[in-house]
Amino acid sequence: MKKHDIVVIGGGPAGMAAAVAAYDAGCTDVVILDREPQLGGILLQCIHNGFGLHKLGQELTGPEYAAVYAHKVAQRNIPVYTETTVTGVSQDRVVTAQNRDGILKLQAKAVILAMGCRERSRGALNICGSRPAGVYSAGTAQKLVNCMGYQVGKRVVILGSGDIGLIMARRMSLEGAKVEAVCEVMPYSGGLTRNIVQCLEDFNIPLYLSTTVVQIHGDRRLEGVTVAQVDEHRQPIGKTKRFIPCDTLLLSVGLIPENELTRTAGIPIDPITNGARVDENCQTQIPGIFACGNVLQVHDLVDYVSEEAECAGLGAVKFVKGQAACKVAIATRPGNGVRYVLPQTIHTRATDVSLFLRVTQPFGKVKFTVTDGETVLATAKRLKAAPGEMEKLTIKKEQLQTAKGPITVSLEEVE
Amino acid sequence: MKRELTCIICPRGCALTAEVEDKQVRVSGNACPRGEEYAVSECLHPVRTVTATLRVANRCDTMVSVKTERPVSKDKMPEVMQQLRNTQVNAPLFVGDVVLQEICGSRIIVTKTVL
Repeated sequence: MKKHDIVVIGGGPAGMAAAVAAYDAGCTDVVILDREPQLGGILLQCIHNGFGLHKLGQELTGPEYAAVYAHKVAQRNIPVYTETTVTGVSQDRVVTAQNRDGILKLQAKAVILAMGCRERSRGALNICGSRPAGVYSAGTAQKLVNCMGYQVGKRVVILGSGDIGLIMARRMSLEGAKVEAVCEVMPYSGGLTRNIVQCLEDFNIPLYLSTTVVQIHGDRRLEGVTVAQVDEHRQPIGKTKRFIPCDTLLLSVGLIPENELTRTAGIPIDPITNGARVDENCQTQIPGIFACGNVLQVHDLVDYVSEEAECAGLGAVKFVKGQAACKVAIATRPGNGVRYVLPQTIHTRATDVSLFLRVTQPFGKVKFTVTDGETVLATAKRLKAAPGEMEKLTIKKEQLQTAKGPITVSLEEVE
Repeated sequence: MKRELTCIICPRGCALTAEVEDKQVRVSGNACPRGEEYAVSECLHPVRTVTATLRVANRCDTMVSVKTERPVSKDKMPEVMQQLRNTQVNAPLFVGDVVLQEICGSRIIVTKTVL
């Protein structure tokens, strides 16, 4: 069995940034495994621009952002096993993988999980109707159009206003298709505001909120969908039903962290984030196994994926070098208006810790408060907050040193 | 004339208010200077970076992604797409390669390496 200090599973933005950060922190025996023929992950099909504004200070397309990190990997001669599918990870950090050479077993001192996420599919939605061709998840359509050059349809309805759905609305329009509607079951969009402007408004595509697809019609090819408005319990209102003719339905209805390996390894998962429960070093509850990127929590910006991955990479190096953190963990938990807080536990008292969170619904001006039940550890104000935009708060180490009980993050609306 | 805009320069998405008078734009609500620049441009001369893909003629089932090197006038987007539709390229191609010298005032550059 081959031995490595750090094995990174997944060669997308998270895996590449984690490997580079670990290498630069002095752990040069790091390898990356990926099932695709080249590094980059989903970025390679995201040909639109807007990546890298925070992290790299320039506006890049997805493939360009991936190329920046692939170059860093190559410069450091970090070995990459491509077309290699990992089939198992054990708690004692043996990674089992398969490629054209056969079965591969690697013993790692630390493992970094960076498998990304996948799309929720039609099957998860229980939309009634027939099963014609022309129903795609938005990301699949994106791959077919952008990487393989297929025109997937001419008359399109998009269900879900997450960022991928919005991006595809623009992409299909530019490719000459007519996007009839984007329907969103929630009363607000899950996408970034900038995408609503430049993907929908620029192309006069209507966004119908509190509206969903209730039936799919068509025999061989999709012929249309029935949409209806929904009430406050998200139940369709019968009298609002209407038929929209279309040959293509794109589903952009949420992303699910790809945690099959994590679950099989018995690593505890947070039921809200659908990713592993981690501490401030992105370490899961199994020592030496770390997680970062969309497999840990679904991000809206790749820049933050890279940052989180660097944190995991450094955490893995600390683990390999035997620099154990403080054993006593403080739990974090969401309070009023907050859906989740990550990391779920904090071990260190010696450094500032960043908390990532999402709010439960759109808010206007808000004030976030971080407390340990007795003392306020941090506060932050925002002009607005929305579930589609991840928030980051920092607790100073001075405040952590005196923190007693579980740390709660809550928000209140302010004038 | 008063216009409510959402800044698209970065994901923060500031809510901007722009008051346009005689080609003069007064902007408020922006968190940084780029927001003001965006609002002025959006009111007087809106521009967008166009991204697209071209078929790689000498590779099976392969597309290469490209973008306008500079943002082009928003209403020129269909024209850019139309011209790109009739363009094929040959590998090898590298990030930053120029495949077309001029469409609507911008060069077209490759954003993905295809060997």
